[in-house]
Amino acid sequence: MFKIIGILFSGVVVGYLFRNISLVGHIRKPLTLTIISMLFLLGISIGMNKMIVNNLSTLGWQAVILAVAGTAGSVLASWFCYKLFFKDDIGNEE
Amino acid sequence: MKSNFIVLTFFLMGCILGWAGLFPEDFDTHQMSVYVLYCLMFQVGISIGSDKKLKPMVKSIRFKMLLLPISTIVGTLIFSALVSLILTQWSLSDCLAVGSGFAYYSLSSILITELKEASLGVQVAAELGTIALLSNIIREMIALLGTPLLARFFGRFAPISAAGVNSMDVVLPAITRYTGAEMTTFAIFHGLLVDTSVPFFVTFFCSL
Repeated sequence: MFKIIGILFSGVVVGYLFRNISLVGHIRKPLTLTIISMLFLLGISIGMNKMIVNNLSTLGWQAVILAVAGTAGSVLASWFCYKLFFKDDIGNEE
Repeated sequence: MKSNFIVLTFFLMGCILGWAGLFPEDFDTHQMSVYVLYCLMFQVGISIGSDKKLKPMVKSIRFKMLLLPISTIVGTLIFSALVSLILTQWSLSDCLAVGSGFAYYSLSSILITELKEASLGVQVAAELGTIALLSNIIREMIALLGTPLLARFFGRFAPISAAGVNSMDVVLPAITRYTGAEMTTFAIFHGLLVDTSVPFFVTFFCSL
């Protein structure tokens, strides 16, 4: 865990120091490539994994429940947040 | 949206190739993944550190605006925690790790698969990683498609919260359209903050 956070932080420092070099500003592209290769590898390991393939519908339903719950929780919290603290600031919608 | 599509295509291709048995039984995706993960974290760090939007954004923010990303994070985590009561096979920290992806499906699923291995074992960690991937993709879809309805029934902050990390990129056009241009600063600030929080929360909940 510390290794990963450490690598992340060194990236932040490097990114900040070299932020004016235009190459660094285009980090999103190599980042997308890395994410693509990472998920490709993840796909291979999932596809090779017979237990996951056989349980895909179960895992899928659990994913739906977690997604709906997480979204609902955040929406409710921000609704309260808006009503309590921001309604008068920003004015009403419509 | 286009890059999401490409990423998903590669993921599905990997799934199919792996499933088709093109790789030998002992093909070690894990060792390779670890190095790609380090590479990924370094790049994510650079993108946070070098973000030009970071400074003007920091200047134009009012302290109060912090309340929005905090609401998103707290709301998501509370409800994800409640899910662990329904999905009894997953522990509290498992559900929190999935929830704290905040729709950043690529990074959260990869982190969970790698980091949960220590406590859950390779098999179960891969299952939870798959759930994280699917669940956070679904969240992005809910935000992308549901923005008009969310804005109408749950106020102007709702689409931003639902979008999680995507409030500053993928879902931003829809947010501006349905909640007003003055929400843009909120949305970008929210996205930056939640985006930055993902690696920390996921790693934290994986280490519990």
